[in-house]
Amino acid sequence: MTGSQILLQLNYWLIIIVMMMGFYVVLTHENMIKKLIGLGVFQTSVYFLYIVPGKVIGGTAPIIASGYQVYSNPLPHVLILTAIVVGVATLALGLALVIRINEAYGTIEEDDLYGRGEWHQ
Amino acid sequence: MIVTVGGMILQRNLVAVVILGSVYSFLAATVLVVLDAVDVAMTEAAVGAGLSTVLILAALNLIKSHQSRSTRSVILPLVITLIVGCVIAWGTIGLPRFGDPETPMQQHVSPYYLANALRETKVPNVVTAVLASYRGYDTLGETTVIFTAGIGVLMLLSRRRRIKPLNNESE
Amino acid sequence: MKQNPIIRIIVKLLVPFIVLFALYVQLHGDLGPGGGFQAGVIMAGVVVIYSLIFGSTAAEKLISFSIIRSLIPIGVLIYVGVGLFSLIKGNNYLDYSALHAEAAVGQHMGIFVVELAVFVTVFATMTAIFYAFVERQRQNEEDPE
Repeated sequence: MTGSQILLQLNYWLIIIVMMMGFYVVLTHENMIKKLIGLGVFQTSVYFLYIVPGKVIGGTAPIIASGYQVYSNPLPHVLILTAIVVGVATLALGLALVIRINEAYGTIEEDDLYGRGEWHQ
Repeated sequence: MIVTVGGMILQRNLVAVVILGSVYSFLAATVLVVLDAVDVAMTEAAVGAGLSTVLILAALNLIKSHQSRSTRSVILPLVITLIVGCVIAWGTIGLPRFGDPETPMQQHVSPYYLANALRETKVPNVVTAVLASYRGYDTLGETTVIFTAGIGVLMLLSRRRRIKPLNNESE
Repeated sequence: MKQNPIIRIIVKLLVPFIVLFALYVQLHGDLGPGGGFQAGVIMAGVVVIYSLIFGSTAAEKLISFSIIRSLIPIGVLIYVGVGLFSLIKGNNYLDYSALHAEAAVGQHMGIFVVELAVFVTVFATMTAIFYAFVERQRQNEEDPE
């Protein structure tokens, strides 16, 4: 596989760019809510990473109907369906934790939290 | 979609970030329909654009909604991000070309599901049949995860707020 | 938002349609896209939009918090119950063919019941989480400042 063939996989490039943007948000921004949102963006790009290889050109949605022969692969759809709902459950728990942290320490910026001595117990 | 995410990174007002996130979810749902993933598109639209946005906005209502200026250096995370991105891109060499029906992914289990789901379960929607019958254990685990998350949130948020926030939490 | 009459009227008109749509998505999960998760989230959205426009006290009169809280485990129990029922009849756990004499019909019934269980749990959990956030806000406002 030469370098030009890497560039041909354009669809994967776009997914990776979005994934890295989400990753960057989680690494740098200290506001916890923004971290959670960055994590959500990251998760969405992973869903695409699973679904894009499953599409068959000329196929249709995997619902059996007369008149259609070729279907796209249903297996990644099942996995990602579960992943989406688990993702929102994690988001809800994370938000509840952030609310409690805010009430206990008064702030949700990580730098302010590190500044106080109580954070490192 | 990349423009949306770029706007989300640079914005400081968190409400704007959340609305941009909702727009991003809608765009993702549209792309998913083009990719023939109609079940996933409906779930992503309902959950990502609707419920996620509402929950984050409800949480933002309880805390301040603006992000203060960052003081850390951005060089090291940028370098890490670029390196990880390049490694993953190198990994995509082995991934199949777009839309190829001959790849190993389409060969083993999926043709069996597509051929036999209607006959064995009388349900035309193969995704639902696989989700509820062939892979029923996974759906049981997923329901349990949702249940646990709900219980967790209720446990965290159902007590009365303490009046002095600077004491160490002692409950 | 409580004062604006246009939004209140439109939301009151829309709510039964959204409930109908959620039930449609749930019951047609076999024939088209849909199923328990989507329907549960849409139904939770109904409660959310009602609570946003009319206030959380009105929403609590619609469906009370304790009912929602007890609905959360019922979905999981239904799911596990179907599996145990198959076990009692002598088949494997969660093998739906034990539900009826003909295997395919048994599978269809099993899928229907399982999707219903998922719908109940997803709806109850999402609504309960939203209620918890709103309740916290109300407690913050009621505390002696």
